[in-house]
Amino acid sequence: MLTLTHYLVLGAILFAISVLGILLNRKNVIVLLMAIELMLLAVNYNFIAFSKYLSDTGGQIFVFFILTVAAAESAIGLAIMVGLFRNLRTISVEDLGSLKG
Amino acid sequence: MSWADLNLMPALPEIFLLTALSVILVLDLFLSDAKRGITYGLTLLTLLGCAVLTLTTWVPYPETTFSGMFVDDPVSDLAKIGLYIAVAVTLVYTRQYADNHGIFKGEYYTLTLFSLLGMMVMVSSSHFLTLYIGLELLSLALYALIALKRDSTPALEAAMKYFVLGALASGMLLYGMSMLYGATGSLFLVEVANDIASGQANSMLVVFGIVFVVAGLAFKLGAVPFHMWVPDVYHGSPTAITLMIGAAPKIAAMVFVWRILAQGLGAAVADWQMMLVVLAVLSMALGNITAIAQTNLKRMFAYSTVSHMGFLLVGILAGTEAGYTAALFYILVYVLMSLAGFGILLLLSRAGFDCETLDDLKGLNQKNSWYALLMLFAMFSMAGIPPLAGFYAKFAVLKAAVDVGLVWLAVVGVVFSLVGAFYYLRVVKCMYFDEPNDEPVPAARPDMKLVLSLNAVALLVLGVVPDSLLTLCVDAMKQSLSVVAGA
Repeated sequence: MLTLTHYLVLGAILFAISVLGILLNRKNVIVLLMAIELMLLAVNYNFIAFSKYLSDTGGQIFVFFILTVAAAESAIGLAIMVGLFRNLRTISVEDLGSLKG
Repeated sequence: MSWADLNLMPALPEIFLLTALSVILVLDLFLSDAKRGITYGLTLLTLLGCAVLTLTTWVPYPETTFSGMFVDDPVSDLAKIGLYIAVAVTLVYTRQYADNHGIFKGEYYTLTLFSLLGMMVMVSSSHFLTLYIGLELLSLALYALIALKRDSTPALEAAMKYFVLGALASGMLLYGMSMLYGATGSLFLVEVANDIASGQANSMLVVFGIVFVVAGLAFKLGAVPFHMWVPDVYHGSPTAITLMIGAAPKIAAMVFVWRILAQGLGAAVADWQMMLVVLAVLSMALGNITAIAQTNLKRMFAYSTVSHMGFLLVGILAGTEAGYTAALFYILVYVLMSLAGFGILLLLSRAGFDCETLDDLKGLNQKNSWYALLMLFAMFSMAGIPPLAGFYAKFAVLKAAVDVGLVWLAVVGVVFSLVGAFYYLRVVKCMYFDEPNDEPVPAARPDMKLVLSLNAVALLVLGVVPDSLLTLCVDAMKQSLSVVAGA
């Protein structure tokens, strides 16, 4: 039998993976964008679990909005990445070092 | 609920802005580059229209619409007036800079208006969903604004950093919100507050939610240890966009923090107060100390922003009405100061040259003593030297902390503002006592000179007679909070 706790633990694990993905990733900007998507999905997972548990549809409606914003956000993220690639000819995170201090 | 019950009047300024901005978006497509001034003029007119609508619908009590998800109270009205002024002044200051640096495009104005719409929704939200939508509308528009200068590698790099860390912050905030939702079963700030106050909420989930929400808010404000994006973004962006990020959104961020912490989580003040104390002390310390080492003025302003956010948090963490009022006053004054400071940098920049290092200001007094005096006002005000407005703002937040028994925190604040005075005074020394360089002072548009002079003189006037603005803040805060407490 799956309880609320199971869902919350899975949500927390997904969230932790995505935060580590953002903070530790040194290779590729696309992986960063994937980690950001995963983070929002972890949040969605939480919202749906609570929504079912509380029998309140508010959380599920919130999820639709998060999904929509996530789509807009990745569009902007990819656009910035394309711009970077045209200037630097690379999308490696290590090469983004001109602003340090 | 029938259609007759739907009263959209409280959201009138937002609806007007959205309509006007859609018109400008389409109209701009038919304008040639030579006629871009029309877009600029229409944008300023839109801001004026919003201000008129906000002032005419100003009532001394909160009104809600959209089933209670959107609230129009005196704090939001005051903040919106502040936002219109900040955005309009930013646009006037950046008119010439944008022309000289190839960002005088329609997108610059429409994205600015979109970010303003986001900020207005942020200050008027009474529901987690509207808070989130407002925040994202602001952030997405800002990411695109930074990347507007497509051939500049530092700008794109800054955009990427801001994007990734901004998304991380939103994620944390959302995760915290989902916890609070689980603990209280509601997304309305008022119901969350009532549930926590009556002890019905699951206290472990509440604390867990507060940790993530505070971390997300600290990211957005740029408080230490979540400040690492601030210097890079301020430095990498074109100066015009730096001003856009550094001025108006700070007002929205302050009200955003106040809505969540004071209105939503006011009953759990004991849980978030210590977290904010740590953030405030670290921000004041690290911001002021690191700023000393900077020779790039944009980076210096970035660290100074970090320290000012520390002072802002001192006001909020007091958790009293006086504290919130002081924080509101502080942020309005802070925005005026940063507008004046960046205004001078924009004024001294011309095509192919950005005034952004300490050396670029050398001997400004001998080249143009009026500009040097205006910069002096901005620097003295940021340092908190009486009789300028910054002094009174700092005094008010520190007094709020003393009133709740946090005397040591006020002492720390005073010590670090003395440390901070060093680098502000270094700018003044550079302007007045160093030999001038041979960079000529570019001719500025007369409207910019006028607004910049008014802006810097306002700092002096507000410092000598802070009562008018302070009374506005006190009344707005009292009228907005009294009803929430009774609800």
